[in-house]
Amino acid sequence: MLNLSSAEWTAIELSLRIAIVATACALPFGIAVGWLLARKNFWGRAVLDGIVHLPLVLPPVVTGYLLLVSFGRKGPIGAFLDQHFGLVFSFRWTGAALACGVMGFPLLVRPIRLALEAIDRRLEDAAATLGANHLWVFLTITLPLALPGMIAGAVLCFARALGEFGATITFVSNIPGETQTISAAIYTFIQVPGGDAAAARLVVIAIILALAALVASEWLARRAAIRFHGE
Amino acid sequence: MLSVNVEKRLGTLNLSVRFEAAGGATALFGSSGAGKTSVVNMIAGLLTPDRGSIALDDTVLFDVGAGINVRPHQRRIGYVFQEGRLFPHLSVRQNLDYGRRMSGRTPDVSEFARIVALLDIGPLLDRRPRMLSGGERQRVAVGRALLMRPRLLLLDEPLASLGVGHKREILPYLIRLRDDAAVPMVYVSHTAAELRRIATTVVRLDAGRVVASGGIELLDETDSDAIG
Repeated sequence: MLNLSSAEWTAIELSLRIAIVATACALPFGIAVGWLLARKNFWGRAVLDGIVHLPLVLPPVVTGYLLLVSFGRKGPIGAFLDQHFGLVFSFRWTGAALACGVMGFPLLVRPIRLALEAIDRRLEDAAATLGANHLWVFLTITLPLALPGMIAGAVLCFARALGEFGATITFVSNIPGETQTISAAIYTFIQVPGGDAAAARLVVIAIILALAALVASEWLARRAAIRFHGE
Repeated sequence: MLSVNVEKRLGTLNLSVRFEAAGGATALFGSSGAGKTSVVNMIAGLLTPDRGSIALDDTVLFDVGAGINVRPHQRRIGYVFQEGRLFPHLSVRQNLDYGRRMSGRTPDVSEFARIVALLDIGPLLDRRPRMLSGGERQRVAVGRALLMRPRLLLLDEPLASLGVGHKREILPYLIRLRDDAAVPMVYVSHTAAELRRIATTVVRLDAGRVVASGGIELLDETDSDAIG
C-alpha cells in the first residue's frame, strides 16, 4: 500500500530513534524535577517551575535558538560537553533528541508531579517505621505508586518529541539521514515540485505512529493500574 | 521498659506527657484531641518533640539535651495505624515481608508461618489490600508490624475504623498477641470497654497531660462507650 522510499524510511527510523532517546534521557530529570516541585519548598521553586514550562509557551524557534547559543559547538555548555565528554549536539541527531527532550519536558514533568502529589504520605511514614530509609521509601513506595503518572508523562513527551519541528530545525537544521525527522521531511517534500505524494505518505505514517503511541499508553496505564492498585 | 518525657506545642494544645511502660499492654486512654496519637508518633519518630527524652530499654531514642534523634527507620518500633496503611501496590505476602526485606534479614519461614497462623491470615496472602475487609486489613497490619521483629508495638486506635462485628473479630487476636508474642505494646484508644479487655496498665491523658496512671480500674471512673 505505502511504497516508501529509502529516504522516507530513514526519516521514520530517525524520528523514532530521536523520540525514544529524548524520552528516555528526559525521564530521570523529569522524575527529579517533578519530585522537587511536588515535595520540596525551596528558594527559587517558582523560578524552576517557570523555566520547566517555558518550552510550552515560548515560540519553538526561540527555544531552538537558545539551544543553539548554549549547546552549539561554540556555546558555553556545548563547548564544555564537547571537550570533556566528546558529546556534540550541533547538526547531529543527538541535538535533535536534545531539542525534542526539552520541548517535551513540561509535558513529562506535569503528570509525574501530579502523581507524586497524590501519593498518601502516610504510606511513606508506615514504610519508615518498618525500617526503610529515605532511598528505599522512594524506590519501593513512592516510585511504584507514581508509575501511572510516569507512563502518562513519558507518552506525552514521546508524542511531543515525535512531532517536534520548530526547535529542532532551528537548532540542528534539516539534514537528511542525520536530523531530518518525519516532520522536517514532510516540510521539505511540500517545498519541492512533485513531492506531494511523498509528503502524503509520511503524513499517514505520522498519524499511525501517533495513534499507536496513544493505544500503547492506554494499555500500559491499565496494566500499571492492575499491577499496582489491583483494579 | 519505655520511658517517655516529652513536651510539644501543637496548635492550641500544649502537650506535656511523662510516663513509663513496662511489658504487657499499656493503654493510652483519653478523649479525642487529648494528644494520644501525637505521643505515639513521637515514640515512633514520626513527630519530633520540642523538649524532653524518649528511651526504650537501654537505648535513648530521643534526647533534646544530648542532640539525639534516632530516625524512624532505625528505631525498630512496630506501628499499627488506625487505617492500616497497607501498601496498595503490594500483595498481602509482600506487605508482611516488607520489614524483613528492609532489614536485609534472610527469610524465616517458621516465624512467618507462626504469625500468619496467630492472625489467621493464611488464605489472604496472595490478595491485594483492597480486596480485604476492614478487619482482615488490620490483622495484616498487625502481622506486618510483628514480622519486623519490633522491640515495642504501637497500636493507634486499631479498631476505630471497624464496624462492631469486625471489632469483635479482631480483639481476641490482639489479646493472644499480648499473651503470646511477648512484645510490649502501647495501645491507644478512647474506648474504655475495648481497653478493659486488652490493657494491663492505663495512662489517662486529658488535654495533653497525664491525669492518672495505674491499673485498669482507672477505666471505671469514666463513662465507657460500649463496643458491643
